[in-house]
Amino acid sequence: MREVAVLGVGMVRFGELWDRSLRDLFTEAALAAIADAGVDHVDSLYVGCMSSGLFNGQEHLGVLMADSLGVSSIPATRVESACASGGVAVRQGFMEVAAGFSEIVLVGGVEKMTDLSTPEATYALSAAADQEWEAFHGVTFPGLYALIARAHMERYGTTRRQLAAVAVKNHANGAKNPHAQFRRPISIEAVLNSQMVADPLRVLDCSPISDGAAAAVLGSVELARKLGRHPVVKVTGSGQATDTMALHDRRNITELAAVASAGQRAYAMAGRRPGEIDFAEVHDCFTIAEICIIEALGFVEQGRGGPATEAGETALQGRIPINPSGGLKAKGHPVGATGVAQLHEAVLQLRGKAGERQVPNARIGLIQNMGGSGGSCVVHILETE
Amino acid sequence: MMKPASVWRVLAQRYRHEAAQCTSCDKILFPPRRVCPHCRGTAFRKVRLCDRGRIITYTIQHVSAPAFADQTPFAVGIIETDDGVRLMAQIVDFPPEKLRTGERVRLAFRRIQADGDSGVIAYGHKAVPE
Repeated sequence: MREVAVLGVGMVRFGELWDRSLRDLFTEAALAAIADAGVDHVDSLYVGCMSSGLFNGQEHLGVLMADSLGVSSIPATRVESACASGGVAVRQGFMEVAAGFSEIVLVGGVEKMTDLSTPEATYALSAAADQEWEAFHGVTFPGLYALIARAHMERYGTTRRQLAAVAVKNHANGAKNPHAQFRRPISIEAVLNSQMVADPLRVLDCSPISDGAAAAVLGSVELARKLGRHPVVKVTGSGQATDTMALHDRRNITELAAVASAGQRAYAMAGRRPGEIDFAEVHDCFTIAEICIIEALGFVEQGRGGPATEAGETALQGRIPINPSGGLKAKGHPVGATGVAQLHEAVLQLRGKAGERQVPNARIGLIQNMGGSGGSCVVHILETE
Repeated sequence: MMKPASVWRVLAQRYRHEAAQCTSCDKILFPPRRVCPHCRGTAFRKVRLCDRGRIITYTIQHVSAPAFADQTPFAVGIIETDDGVRLMAQIVDFPPEKLRTGERVRLAFRRIQADGDSGVIAYGHKAVPE
């Protein structure tokens, strides 16, 4: 297996991008990544997208994006794993380069969500749950994560303020990120007084509905050295896992088993332990999700995610900075793009180019992207040479 | 949105709580599956799901998909029946102070959602106080 590097990254600033279409967004991010890599062609592309069918009435995205990029003879594949679509696209590209099938692979993610009203978008997103046995009864994604939140609060004593601390920390980081949808800090009180969505989760516990795209160019480490444009960032670990589709089919709903499994697989491949990771970008679709994820990835003990966040252990200057980009909460969450945007942030951090939000001496980063209520998860570990 | 055939296919579960008991490990599955997730057995006998159980966790949803907009706010949660099956259900007829984890419930036959004024009406279970 060949060693794989990230040659270049690009993304559009997430937000409500009324003036740009699905293909505009992807193409803009892809061109930025190709320019950053300094390559003159790509051999193949993957596009992660959750639900362009429901959001935009558009399928067949592999072709659409290859055509839009003006490279319409190459193999082009759309990848879907709900909100983990982008992360899975990264893994497909990683495997294709590692296996020697292609020299240069473009991996991207895109979602154009604001063409629908909020209730319509809520319905489109709920298609990532079990339609017949979850969504049929009216439960939505905020609802499913609220079920996890209540169980976590009752089991471990996690408090409402600790949940709010996740959003406050991620907004503080997002305020320093020029690519973030929300570039303003918020207070604990603002979270606690925001509109109730699904008790105990309020609107400021939830990641927003966003438009956006992100892309990266992957190639061999040898090619990265030859190009010599950036410090070489290697993909040293990749893990993917699944759990039950329906949340109610899990015996323990406070532990995200797919996150733990994908993490263990990535750690094993990279030969790393949680304590060696300098920072992580994780899938904080809701505040409770970040708490469960940092527990599942072994950054804190099971049940300690809330107190650790409140104590500042996961802040930019803390023991293990989580979501220096602002996370899904502040950076925005165009679902299919999220996993690739996490790679974008990790690469900037490892190059030492993350500006005001730079994690000091960042050498090893982890990115974690998940779909549904944790039914699918993909984790990558990235390291500077 | 709801096609008649998709509602008809699951009538036995929604109307009669038909479940499957794995003939190799005796676990009860609801809804029935082709493969038992506990032992990978593929042979089942038809049983009726126990309609008594308790609340494992719940939420009160204030925002919903369009089909449920006229019902907000409503409680929904995970129920564990006395035969060990877990399922999602709206929780209704509870006074707010009685709505708690661990509370006993019974599964009642109720209207769940309707496809506009003239479309399919879907029925199924909701959890009510035991």
